[in-house]
Amino acid sequence: MTSLAGIFSGLLFGFGLALSGMTDRNKVLGFLDIGGAWQPALVFVMGSAVLVTLIGFRTVRRMPRPVFDTRFHLPGRRNIDARLLLGAALFGIGWGLYGYCPGPALVSLLYGEPDTLLFIVAMLVGMFLSHKVVQP
Amino acid sequence: MTTEHWMATGGGLMIGAAAVLLMLGTGRIAGISGITWAAASLDGPVLWRWMFLIGLLGGAAAAHGIAGVPLPAPGPLDTPFALVGGLVVGLGVKLGNGCTSGHGVCGIGLLSPRSLAATLTFMASGVATVFVVRQILGIGLGSGP
Repeated sequence: MTSLAGIFSGLLFGFGLALSGMTDRNKVLGFLDIGGAWQPALVFVMGSAVLVTLIGFRTVRRMPRPVFDTRFHLPGRRNIDARLLLGAALFGIGWGLYGYCPGPALVSLLYGEPDTLLFIVAMLVGMFLSHKVVQP
Repeated sequence: MTTEHWMATGGGLMIGAAAVLLMLGTGRIAGISGITWAAASLDGPVLWRWMFLIGLLGGAAAAHGIAGVPLPAPGPLDTPFALVGGLVVGLGVKLGNGCTSGHGVCGIGLLSPRSLAATLTFMASGVATVFVVRQILGIGLGSGP
């Protein structure tokens, strides 16, 4: 049953990514290009998504447990450390270099550009290196 | 608001709803970098994660193929940027425990100070990177918007 929740959530998420413009590298790089011809449209994506999660998560977490599992699996850590900030800074650099964050990169496999596949393979290699070297 | 703004808002509402649906059903965060890593490395329960990723592509295919959302124009830049960008994204999201979805959409929705700090950081470094590439090095505007 968790798979059913997974696939429906994925379908909705993927539709939303495609509709929102997040899979369009021109728009993403234009959004990050505050010093140039800034394209603010993607502010609406993050803004409306967070509005829904702020309200939705509050409601869902009042339940004793999720529908198809015995407990909620929420990250326990609340502290802000150097590793978090370094990781986030690196992620932003990669995002700004090519215009894909992980979700839109996966979705963009549909568009058939060979470079997208290279981006994803490189991303998996990066995750593996980070896993092996920095956090053994 | 332009059509583009409405599409961004509608897409964002669906992304948020997808995250709430996953929390409701499985009690888990819809963080795509974490889901991808666990699915690829077969770490923990993987079936729902693969289903989520299959759904992700299926949902986008439906948006373009059935709902008629126009396909994005090919982006600027080329293979070296894809390779380096992908590598750095992979290093960063694993080190920082999340990306735009996990920290930006879900973590802020959970009022996590870590996620807010991470989101502000990757936004700032993304803006700085585009500034350097476009405004200082003067590259990357090839296909343009």
